[in-house]
Amino acid sequence: MIVSRSWLEALLGRALDARETADRLTMHVAPVDAVVPLHQDLGDIVVARVLEVKQHPNADRLTLCRVDAGVAGGPVEVVCGARNVQAGKSYPYAPVGAVLPGGARLERKAIRGVESNGMLCSAKELGLGDDHAGILELDTAAPPGSRFVDVVPVADHQIVIDVPANRPDLLGHKGVARELAALLGATVKLPPIPGAGGGEAARAGGHAGLGGPRGPATSGVVDGVEVRLEDPEGAPRYMIAVIRGVNVASSPGWLAQRLASIGQRPINNVVDATNYVLFEVNQPLHAFDLAKLRGPAVVVRRAQPNEKIVTLDGVERALSPEMTAICDAERPTIVAGVMGSAESEVAATTTDLVLECAYFQPTRVRRTRRALGLSSESSYRFERGIDLLGMPEAMRRAIELIIAVAGGEQREPWLDLWPQPVQEKTIFLRPERAAHLLGVATERAELERLLTAVGFFVAPKDGGSRLAVQVPGWRPDVTREVDLIEEAARLTGYDAFPDELRPYRPGTVPDAPVEQIKARVRERLAQAGFFEARTIPLGPGDGPEAVAVRNPLSADEAFLRRRLIPGLVRRVEHNWANRNRDVRLFEIGVVFRTGQDRPEEWDSVAGVLTGARRPRHWSEGAKVPDMDIWDLKHHFELAVRVAAPSCDVQPASGGGGGWVAVQRDGEVAGWAGPLEADAPVWAAPLFGFEVRLDVTLPEAVPYRPLPTQPPVERDIALLVPAGVSAGAVSAVLARAAGPLLERLEVFDEYQGPGVPAGHRSVAWHCTFRDPVRTLRERQVDELLAGALQALEDELGVRRREG
Amino acid sequence: MRDLLAALTELRERLHEIPQADERRLQDLKTEILGRKAGALTKILAALPGLEPAAKKQVGGAANALKRDFEAAIAARERELKRAPAAAAAGVDLTMPGRASWTGGLHLVTQVVNEICEIFHELGFTRAVGPHIETERYNFYALNFPKDHPALDAQDSFYLGGDLLLRTHTSPVQIRTLERYPPPVRVVIPGLAYRRDPFDASHSPVFEQIEGLAVDEGISFVDFKATLATFARRFFTADTRVRFRPSFFPFTEPSAEMDVQCQICGGTGCAACKQSGWMEILGSGMVHPAVLENCGVDSERYSGFAWGMGPDRIAMARHRIPDIRLLFDSDVRFLAQFAAGAKGGAR
Repeated sequence: MIVSRSWLEALLGRALDARETADRLTMHVAPVDAVVPLHQDLGDIVVARVLEVKQHPNADRLTLCRVDAGVAGGPVEVVCGARNVQAGKSYPYAPVGAVLPGGARLERKAIRGVESNGMLCSAKELGLGDDHAGILELDTAAPPGSRFVDVVPVADHQIVIDVPANRPDLLGHKGVARELAALLGATVKLPPIPGAGGGEAARAGGHAGLGGPRGPATSGVVDGVEVRLEDPEGAPRYMIAVIRGVNVASSPGWLAQRLASIGQRPINNVVDATNYVLFEVNQPLHAFDLAKLRGPAVVVRRAQPNEKIVTLDGVERALSPEMTAICDAERPTIVAGVMGSAESEVAATTTDLVLECAYFQPTRVRRTRRALGLSSESSYRFERGIDLLGMPEAMRRAIELIIAVAGGEQREPWLDLWPQPVQEKTIFLRPERAAHLLGVATERAELERLLTAVGFFVAPKDGGSRLAVQVPGWRPDVTREVDLIEEAARLTGYDAFPDELRPYRPGTVPDAPVEQIKARVRERLAQAGFFEARTIPLGPGDGPEAVAVRNPLSADEAFLRRRLIPGLVRRVEHNWANRNRDVRLFEIGVVFRTGQDRPEEWDSVAGVLTGARRPRHWSEGAKVPDMDIWDLKHHFELAVRVAAPSCDVQPASGGGGGWVAVQRDGEVAGWAGPLEADAPVWAAPLFGFEVRLDVTLPEAVPYRPLPTQPPVERDIALLVPAGVSAGAVSAVLARAAGPLLERLEVFDEYQGPGVPAGHRSVAWHCTFRDPVRTLRERQVDELLAGALQALEDELGVRRREG
Repeated sequence: MRDLLAALTELRERLHEIPQADERRLQDLKTEILGRKAGALTKILAALPGLEPAAKKQVGGAANALKRDFEAAIAARERELKRAPAAAAAGVDLTMPGRASWTGGLHLVTQVVNEICEIFHELGFTRAVGPHIETERYNFYALNFPKDHPALDAQDSFYLGGDLLLRTHTSPVQIRTLERYPPPVRVVIPGLAYRRDPFDASHSPVFEQIEGLAVDEGISFVDFKATLATFARRFFTADTRVRFRPSFFPFTEPSAEMDVQCQICGGTGCAACKQSGWMEILGSGMVHPAVLENCGVDSERYSGFAWGMGPDRIAMARHRIPDIRLLFDSDVRFLAQFAAGAKGGAR
């Protein structure tokens, strides 16, 4: 919401500093996003009086004006191209050297052979509007030479307020002024309308401002127009006035200026008047052309299925019975609370007006607005809830303003259809409760003062232990005691409350185990040389089990990820695109899968690796080898050990290469292998792994006594026939050698001369140790011989001779 | 025998060479003197068996003593060379780079989340988590969002069918926690949240959030302010100025926004803080009694406060990162900048 400083000043009857005002609003009401100075760039422009107008000697359409600009050297000669220039009148004048809006500096120059000393300016040249037809005539008695901005009140500030969804009252200047009044100790009064004779005269002159009786009626007639409220649920209160004999034209300067100051484009005096009231008291109003109403009648009803209307923006829209339509005897003329039709719009030919002032049900307006994809200043306000009780004031103001700026008369009191009138709500506030919740006691009198200042009516009850607080109609957000406590706190100022830590009791909620586990896994993978990546859990479809998003932002983000790997591969590609060749990334994140009743989700850990095995060092000269499947296997095992310790890493079946992590129950919880990617030629092979995070807190690691006895170590080379795995060999070795074989380590693999065809030689380093006594060589020889026998018997594996 | 003793005396002289020897010279000396086959001292020791018992004793004693001295001197020199190989080796350029291994590291946002949770842990808050897929009830209505209310506009959601959606904040975990645990409750709730904002420099459809909740008897606005102000001064600097101002969230009342002094200009006003001198850090307030009631907690007896903040934004503000997409690109050059720690780490 943009408010004008000068408009607020008019309501408060006092000057405001824009910056201070913004700070006050921010600290007590709602945040101010920006303060924008308006027309502060007109400082060089002065008021000048034209003394004499002569024909330009060399041009028919130009004049030579002798101008008094209040300068010491006396009148100057100015060339002027405007038709409307007249001797004796005052105009804005830019002397030579003046900087005009937009930053251009006015030079002295000859126009058709006559030197012009400066320029008489049009509204457009001053950035005050689009009017370029002539120079801007000033209705002022100010002496020539006066600063233009001191004479014409165009200098202003826009204060841009970020109005929260619960404060519709701040969508009008009056509501903002009310808050400022409370903070400044001022009062708010609607400023008199120029030309309306203070309102009283207008009222005496006709029926302006006259309100009719209100009551449970749902229909009536006003000045020949029949009004029927057939959808009181959609429009709980509905008022219609008829004004005849208006003269639709452009608005007077002050009105156009007010609207322009908040960024609204002036349209015509009638529409501008309703907009003015909208931005003043936050009541959307709609004026439409009586002549275009069939009947003439105004019928408020639910729209018929697929009923059509062409809205003001020229688009044909189909309505539904969920929506309220304002219709004439035949068809819709307004989508209630949202937008009127192009057809019933007030035009230059309009003489008789129907003026609507209504309260439309907020949720219905919201649904209509969303269904039509059409919002307006009105729908924005109706959705948030306008002041149901303040409608007569708004109607009175609008009628007064329209008659003042467009003429016409109101011959009959307006009709006020309000089948189920409501009154202000009353809420009870316990000062003691306020003290309890705020941590600081506030005097009862102070609570009363604070609440009264922003329009609540407060009466003490039960000897002062409770306050009965009547909530004004413009505060639909205040519904219970705690809302009043907030009012007291914010008006006092949150900064006024102390902020010293006091003792607290520890909570009952244990620290989430999954967070502890994730932290451990992250730590370990980072130590292993991986950077943590962050990808988003949305992506393209990845198999039939992927969960679809119903309203995705794009096809690339239309599903929830089922795995982390694809996202990480895209990150590797991004790194390749930036010429990063060595990439090791991991991520811990949520993944999803379609489920029985609802989608399932769990945390997963994944890593990708590509590039050199270690950083290059000058001392080693040759190129460092790239990571291969053995680097992958190691890191997969590391990840499984820390993220899914109950799993076992095994070669993947199916011959595709890679490994799987298998749970005790046989279920596969992880996978590792080479990955396909869109790789540049210089990229190294890419590998990746992923494993489901096991969310059981690991137990404490028990201490194993350090050995006190010396080990006996043996290296053996074994001839392993094709089809026998090293894993199988070591399993037999370990079993057959028994518990004294402490450690087995493969240290070599060889194929070639000396090794029979169909075999490979695998060398093992065996460490034997007896925990309690020194092992003898002979004992080890026996264990090894037994193990070798078992290997030969079970796997056909023999010791390699020589 | 005399020859042997003379040879020993001569050999002893050579002990002085050891402290000056470089690595290669030391190896040569070792071989020359103690070498298993042709070492000078080894030869002397090898000659012992052929001597008279008395001579054997004399020469053997001296030779073994010398051997121990050589061994000790060589070992000492070896240690010395190992400690500072280059110091002894003339001509080595000590400005050449050292030998590295790959280093990894935690994402900046993870580090910021950890820092925040750690500070709150010291203030008695444990971590709680909940599902990313939520129902409208947990995501909105139990949090006191009215149906069809404009307050929902800021929560544009990804729907998954029926009333299931990706949570728009981690606030639903407030409800899940209060339903499950009796007060006193003090939790922080880290996790991802989802909103239908396309990626641009300051928006992303997915972002990290940390929600906090404290509920107990007698918790007041003062406790609320104190806890969050303490956090801000711990996270930023001890003298960081903090301010609280009114705001609106359906699930808190009174609601507040906490700002800290702009970390870029220090409060004098700059482009980053839109000349205000302040940075918005978190939305917060006293838990709305309706939220407590929705969870079966007696709102007359218990009160509390809650807040929510965005670690992505906080990280961007503190580390002056101009584009939120950098946090999701996972460019290793970006990740490496914060790998040694978000604060005071590698440059």
